[in-house]
Amino acid sequence: MGLEDWLGNDFISTRIKDLLAWGRKNSLWPMPFGTACCAIELMATMSSRYDMARFGAEVVRFSPRQSDLLIVGGRVTLKMMPVLQRIWEQMPEPKWAISMGACASCGGVFDTYTMIQGVDQFIPIDVYIPGCPPRPENLIDAVRLIQDKVGKTEIQKLIDERTGIDNLARLESMDRRRAEEVKS
Amino acid sequence: MTSLPLADMGKIFAERRERAAESAARRVERERRLADAIAAWLGKDLVKREAFRDQQVIFVPLERLHETLAHCKNALGFDQLTDVTAYDTMKLEGDHPERFVMVYILTNLGQEARLRVKAYVPEDDPTVPTAHGLWVGADFPEREVYDMFGIEFPGHPNLKRLLLPEGYVGFPLRKDYPLRGRGERDNFPVVPRTRKATYE
Repeated sequence: MGLEDWLGNDFISTRIKDLLAWGRKNSLWPMPFGTACCAIELMATMSSRYDMARFGAEVVRFSPRQSDLLIVGGRVTLKMMPVLQRIWEQMPEPKWAISMGACASCGGVFDTYTMIQGVDQFIPIDVYIPGCPPRPENLIDAVRLIQDKVGKTEIQKLIDERTGIDNLARLESMDRRRAEEVKS
Repeated sequence: MTSLPLADMGKIFAERRERAAESAARRVERERRLADAIAAWLGKDLVKREAFRDQQVIFVPLERLHETLAHCKNALGFDQLTDVTAYDTMKLEGDHPERFVMVYILTNLGQEARLRVKAYVPEDDPTVPTAHGLWVGADFPEREVYDMFGIEFPGHPNLKRLLLPEGYVGFPLRKDYPLRGRGERDNFPVVPRTRKATYE
């Protein structure tokens, strides 16, 4: 059908944005925010038995500036929440977040003055994982859900929405300024 | 590989248990004698004396707390400060003259003996002289007590919150502090999904 019919089996045709989305969803770089036993399961998921590398998300970066997937695993306290928010803000767009386990999602059994009752009150979360702690399979499932979401997202639209910058208008404005500079 | 007959093993273990019990009894006796010595030294100032499971506890008046700790260290060989803590009695269950109790847990490494020195601290003026001059290790535990109970330590070199964030209001291990807090856990700025950035 289409181009492939007369180019043969060595070619595929697709749209550039689909190709980019395919690449992006299969090369997520997670930023682990592990503060409790969920972090142990996270490590197990990354290591050879469960092997997150099969899904292209094995490059764990401990620098938020290099990652696009935040995995909040564990209890988040009063003192840690500003740190978590700062890490989330340091991550460049486009970015996604997983809330892993009962504590991160709703405070778990720790219903005390110092424990945040769900990090989704203060930062946006895409996928929640139940469990205390969740098994590695649950985390892999969550990453695959994120992959589905990434694959379906139109990235430029998402960046425009999230940053509030209309990039087309920005380019037009740059052109206008350049034209004025050239004129003067 | 050689192994002993079971009967011999039983005998060896029984002997070991016996030796351990004897050594524990000797330690209890040593601790009791040390507590006796402090009680005699304090004389009529001794507030109360207790033994919980043979562990010696000495209650001293707050004015003589620092002096007692210095005496324990210099004269009785309590060279290690194991922990400093406190608790809130709320003047419930028993005869408590004041609300807070300050606890110093001491260890005599030479004689393998432990001792708890306690003092009642009044609610309206919770100040206790610091033990930092005697044991430098009092630094962090006293900060923790300040953090959780609001007991102040004049003379402490760096008395600020240890575990809770700076600017936290209240002292959560006081028994009248609500378990779920006073709303501080819900009090953070929300980072929205979409940001309103402005462009010229």
